[in-house]
Amino acid sequence: MGDEILLSMTGITKSFSGVMALKDAGLTVARGEVLGLIGQNGAGKSTLLKVLTGALARDRGTVRFEGAVVDFRTPQDAQAGGIAAIYQEINLVPLRSVAENIFLGREPRRWGLIDWRRMNSQAAQLLGQFDIRVDVRQPLNQFNTATQQMVAIARAIGQRSRLVVMDEPTSSLDDREVAVLFDVIRQLKARGIGVIFVSHRLDELYAVCDRVTVMRDGMTVADQPMASIGKLELVASMLGRSLEEVKQFGATAFHEDFAPRAAKVLEVAGLKSAPRVAAVDLDVREGEIVGLAGLLGSGRTETARAIFGIDRAQAGTIRFGGLQTGFRSAQDAIRAGIGFCSEDRKTEGIVPDMSVRDNLTLALLPQLTRHGVIDQIRQREIVDRLVKRLGIRLASADQKIRELSGGNQQKVLLARWLCMQPRLLILDEPTRGIDVAAKAEIQGLIRELARDGLGVLMISSELEELTEGCHRVRVLRDGRSVAAFDHEQATEHAIMNAMAHGPAEVSHAGA
Amino acid sequence: MSISGTSLADTIAVGPSRHAALLQRQGVVVALVLLILFGAWRYDDFLGLYNVMSVLRYNSMFALVALGMGFVIMTGGIDLSVGATAALASVVSAGVSDVGLGAGLAAGIAAGLAIGLINGLAIAWARLPAFVTTLATMLAARGLALLISGNQSVSVSWETSFTDLGGGDFLGFPIPAWIAGIAFVLGAVLLNFTGFGRAVLAIGGNEEAARLMGLPVARTKVLVYGLTGALAGLAGVILAAQFGAGQPTEGQGWELFAIAAVVVGGTLLTGGMGSVGFTLAGAMLLGLIFNILNFENGKGDFTLSAYWQSVIRGAFLLLVVLLQNRLARRPS
Repeated sequence: MGDEILLSMTGITKSFSGVMALKDAGLTVARGEVLGLIGQNGAGKSTLLKVLTGALARDRGTVRFEGAVVDFRTPQDAQAGGIAAIYQEINLVPLRSVAENIFLGREPRRWGLIDWRRMNSQAAQLLGQFDIRVDVRQPLNQFNTATQQMVAIARAIGQRSRLVVMDEPTSSLDDREVAVLFDVIRQLKARGIGVIFVSHRLDELYAVCDRVTVMRDGMTVADQPMASIGKLELVASMLGRSLEEVKQFGATAFHEDFAPRAAKVLEVAGLKSAPRVAAVDLDVREGEIVGLAGLLGSGRTETARAIFGIDRAQAGTIRFGGLQTGFRSAQDAIRAGIGFCSEDRKTEGIVPDMSVRDNLTLALLPQLTRHGVIDQIRQREIVDRLVKRLGIRLASADQKIRELSGGNQQKVLLARWLCMQPRLLILDEPTRGIDVAAKAEIQGLIRELARDGLGVLMISSELEELTEGCHRVRVLRDGRSVAAFDHEQATEHAIMNAMAHGPAEVSHAGA
Repeated sequence: MSISGTSLADTIAVGPSRHAALLQRQGVVVALVLLILFGAWRYDDFLGLYNVMSVLRYNSMFALVALGMGFVIMTGGIDLSVGATAALASVVSAGVSDVGLGAGLAAGIAAGLAIGLINGLAIAWARLPAFVTTLATMLAARGLALLISGNQSVSVSWETSFTDLGGGDFLGFPIPAWIAGIAFVLGAVLLNFTGFGRAVLAIGGNEEAARLMGLPVARTKVLVYGLTGALAGLAGVILAAQFGAGQPTEGQGWELFAIAAVVVGGTLLTGGMGSVGFTLAGAMLLGLIFNILNFENGKGDFTLSAYWQSVIRGAFLLLVVLLQNRLARRPS
């Protein structure tokens, strides 16, 4: 299979108020083929996909689907035509049940009224095909991201879509869940359904894609069978650099070694914080990057929240800077010198419509105000210094932060904590959803901060980041510390093993 | 490899449990039962036929307004214009009541529907914020009511059967109560068993997702505001029929009463979750508080002015919402 062309987009051109976003871009997908689509942020991937799904109108170009020229004006049109899209931020309705989410808009009817029993059983059956067995009557928000994604896919299959577009579906999944998703993608393939798969993670492309299309500056710059292109070559064509340059640059920005200082800035022992954290031990020295690994639900974020004083610890000791503490609130923790960059940039971090300047100094405001008035001169000074130091790319500090790229937004958040001059920085998934180049920059920055003496506790789902970027790695499972590795011992294999099985009991989770 | 239900359950995200959600809603029923028991214990005629029937008769129009408000809030919107719309409808229906019951009814509902559709079109197609839009139509509808009536109550015709809509009985129950009862049954079916109802909840839960799923977002919103306007119009007709006159200055604060009833009934103000039945319970609860305060005054131990009643209602509302919040948060 795979010979019959399902979709071909050719000569697609699109400009926004004079700026060319797509120049003669295109791609093709055969039936039962998984096409990887890759490119830096701003390369035009999303624009191209939006043109395909009818969310944006193209200026020029042809889209042929199943042999016929099509012109979808709205996402509804595209769906009715057999093209479903699954977005990075899952576009379902969290408060409604799993079954409702699968069938919204085309509920099974009986005498004109919704037949709940049939709807629930059909939903269970659809999910059952992918070996997902859940109570479909429960609201969607009771389930983890992976399951929600499966629900989105089941919805697409239920609509008899012939092409499924997945825009960074793995960005919030852990490795085990990614494996399940890939299994589902292979099943789609076997049914002759075409898949367009967008991801920033190169390994994933190699694992699941048949072919890859690379975009850069609004153009299609490469289109090759996955097997015939090497990883470095791929990165090179994405960045528009030569292979030699990339070889020097490397995959992550963590290379050279330096030793942390001896003084422990944070020591946690026997930390318990219901419901997710049962018994966690860890410590961070000055100038040290400690990785915190674990599957989703293992209690990583919750551990950070307990240390930071957002959640109350029920048992255990936290020593910060040698003194025993127990922060009663985030305010306490901040005052003592801890910063916490939370995982969800959009909902917990940035205020989208506020300026970069205000976003950056949000946590510092109490110190910046005198008699309730903001000292704008000092604010400007601080913002300018950090923008320069972190290499934040912006037109002006008065620009709304939503207009920045993901990588630059993340840098603003880092800057927000740095201007508090913390001694310990807790980072929760600092490079999630950021393109390869920006990722390397952020990683380099973290490294630099550590070299200046900052202690860093970094939660990450990216094994590469943990093995290459951390002095030590702590693994959590079911809310307990189950393993600790030095830099030399911390191999991807060792970490994965500890995450999945731990030393205590062996669960049946596959890898 | 595969993932079984149990291993996925291991990593299920935290969220309010099913029981908590149920508790939050049932708080209103518990409060309602307690209030009825209290009334029955303290006042002799509380459960008497006369009081029950007059409570039903008087509160039907509030319940109708709350029903519409419930739908609006479930879409994540708000409608501040319902009270003024009811006043306008009462004036309009009183004005044509001499033609007959049907004409009065139709004219009142049509007036409400018109305001509702203006709201809906402005919100769904012009994409104006619901708060501002309905604030504007609230002012406009009130002004229209005063204009048409010349700032005087418009007396209804006693020649036709129009006043039956307010004072009449059918099979021993007040006609307004029949109207409200039927409206709530239809409302419940609409919400739970039609695509329209699912779309209402989906829009309130995640409007962007609803749009991407191909649901008719704009149409649903127009219909919801239209429905709410029509129900407010219906309430206005009952108001005119009950008081024997169209009341251009009545209906002030109805929108807040309706919002309170909906919230007490466990509907999320942010939309996406709600229940028609519990909205009814919420409306009855608020109505009963008023009734009990009247009884208390009648008993004569002490006298509470209408102003105090308002304070007490407000305090009670706060209490119920606080209670629900506590119940919902308690770990199971």
